[in-house]
Amino acid sequence: MPYEAFKDNEYIEKLVSELRASGTNVLVGTLDKLINWGRSNSLWPLTFATSCCGIEFVSLGAARFDMARFGWEVARASPRQADFMMVAGTIVNRMVPVFRRLYDQLAEPKYVIACGGCAISGGPFRKSYHVAKGIEDIVPVDVYVPGCPPRPEAMIYGIMQLSRKVKVERFFGGVNRQEDQKKFLAEHPVPGVDD
Amino acid sequence: MANLQEKIAAKFPQATFEEADILQVNIPDAQLHDLAKTLRDDEDFAFDYLVTIVGMDWTDSLGCVYYLTSTRHSHHISIKTSTTDRDNPMLHSLADLWRIAVFYEREVYDFFGIIFIGNPDMRRLFLSIDWKGYPLRKDYDMNPELNPVSIENERQSDFTYTYVETPDGKVEKKEVPIFKEDDFVVNIGPQHPATHGVLRFRTALDAETIKKIDVYMGYIHRGVEKLCENLTYPQTLHFMDRLDYFSAHNYHHGLCLCIEKAAGIEAPRRAQVIRVMMDELSRIASHCLFIGTFCMDLGATTMLFYTLRVREQILDIMEKTCGARMTFNYDCIGGVMADLDPDFVKDVKALLAVLPDNIKEYNKVFTGNIIARNRMEGVGVLTREDAISYAVTGPSGRASNWACDVRKTDPYSIYPELDFEEVTRTEGDSMARFKVRIAEMEQSAKILEQLIDNIPEGDYCAKVPKVLKLPVGHWFQLVEGCRGAFGVYIESDGSTQPYRLKIAPPCLPLACVVDHITSGNKIADLITIGGSLDYIVPDMDR
Repeated sequence: MPYEAFKDNEYIEKLVSELRASGTNVLVGTLDKLINWGRSNSLWPLTFATSCCGIEFVSLGAARFDMARFGWEVARASPRQADFMMVAGTIVNRMVPVFRRLYDQLAEPKYVIACGGCAISGGPFRKSYHVAKGIEDIVPVDVYVPGCPPRPEAMIYGIMQLSRKVKVERFFGGVNRQEDQKKFLAEHPVPGVDD
Repeated sequence: MANLQEKIAAKFPQATFEEADILQVNIPDAQLHDLAKTLRDDEDFAFDYLVTIVGMDWTDSLGCVYYLTSTRHSHHISIKTSTTDRDNPMLHSLADLWRIAVFYEREVYDFFGIIFIGNPDMRRLFLSIDWKGYPLRKDYDMNPELNPVSIENERQSDFTYTYVETPDGKVEKKEVPIFKEDDFVVNIGPQHPATHGVLRFRTALDAETIKKIDVYMGYIHRGVEKLCENLTYPQTLHFMDRLDYFSAHNYHHGLCLCIEKAAGIEAPRRAQVIRVMMDELSRIASHCLFIGTFCMDLGATTMLFYTLRVREQILDIMEKTCGARMTFNYDCIGGVMADLDPDFVKDVKALLAVLPDNIKEYNKVFTGNIIARNRMEGVGVLTREDAISYAVTGPSGRASNWACDVRKTDPYSIYPELDFEEVTRTEGDSMARFKVRIAEMEQSAKILEQLIDNIPEGDYCAKVPKVLKLPVGHWFQLVEGCRGAFGVYIESDGSTQPYRLKIAPPCLPLACVVDHITSGNKIADLITIGGSLDYIVPDMDR
């Protein structure tokens, strides 16, 4: 997909200019590029689905939409082996602690895609007594993919955006990502767990 | 029906009768158990299938409506009982008569706080043990501060409660452990690829053999029934897409039929034909995905690619007409939302042309495979009696030789005119459940073949008032979803919104029966059995 075809290039450009402003060592910068090339082309998802969106994720894995083209097909059942988590479906009160623990178990660096209306805001179930109104209060979210459920094409676009984000990051030092995460975790502590 | 009424009146003089869509018996709680026992055991009644228990809050009283069906005489009855005590409501349990009642009563307890005396397992079913209030009561406090979203692990208990009536009329609460003292308990789920969603099993093991499974639900309980109470009738429809997302058309059909029955609307012939065709297309697509995921559970990953090929073809047909790949929201009150796409007939014919070859291919690749046969044959046998007692309907029930297809037993829409067979098998094992689904795809194709050249011209939707009000009363409608009998109960107080909308999903019994059919099997067979039952977790949790 050509660069101009993406819809939110300003965001990526801002990220890049922020990184450039702090300056980079030539050697580390080159290594960064190499590692990010590998990382961004082999993003492994966690098989995590609670409802309808999960079925579209299955379609995404099958022959027609074929996410193997992009190197995302290695869906892992264990969070310890996965790079990102596609939150496909509604997260309800009872699921929240489990979901948060899954996120905590993902190995660094980790990313979250909120997929579908329910994960973004609670969707059609927003007014329910037993539904979390969006997952952004529980974990930090990198990409939002709207839809109910999003079409597989939309999911592909969403993961491509994540892949672009991974590509411009600085792997060594972890300037942007880890700080955001630490800040988030400090604001949303899990009682009884000392990070 | 009058005959039934006379017989019941002779034995139970306290009973009063109400004529709704089916006969309803009102009985005080004291006689409830006796009446239910008579209805089940008496040869003339033989009500052996408990369809659902509808918990109710009539503000002045709390109670239940039990829907019963006789598989032998195929007649229906409902029993209504209530209690005026709101602080400590108690009714007698029917858990010893129908095994599924244990879970249905737990659901009513969870939503309404009604305690069932004699139920061996009186825990909440979907909500956590610390949940404050009973959400489906009319006076439930929706304030999110009472029950906040918490990232702290929920408190869990290894004990359940049972309430026993002593001879002098008092009710005692007893604590009962769920597992034995020296049981080795392994937790499976909620995040596990083989549980098909977020379902959790607490499994007691003896080496590799399963002793007991405690099914833990509620990880995707979204409170659809409560949400429906604040929406108008047309607005409630869209939730049906999101329960069992493979049976979206069938569930829509069910709710539409129930509302149409209540409002006295009849869908035009064209709409009825379209609805039935969509139902059958969904059934083929759903069974395709079942075969794919089930085979994947057993390690045959490639089958998913073969079956999704047909499923994608069906989704294309639906997308052209309905405008979406899933969550179609196509059936509406009085008919369907939009007319068929001009390509519909051509596309369905193309599908019907390739389907037999595809089914042959599935059988060739998987069904005869010796590894598959060893893993499926004789594994997880469910007898006919247990299937009825656990209310396991749909393909899983028919694999146990229970002819429970609603399209045949209580035909709706244009099904009586159609020529198709109800597929049943006698083995009751995982292989039978698999083969029933393959054969059902052929039957669905047969239905489509009969209809595709005979779609009548005319309106696709009847004239329906803009503001739809239902008369005071209650209605119950069963339809055949892809996984079993799907029931909708509507109670109306005469306004534009349902006073109570109860969804009786087929997948709840499918999950409840897991404990029964896995005990004594190996832990690896849990995956086979769970996969072959083909439950959808958002459907059971609602």
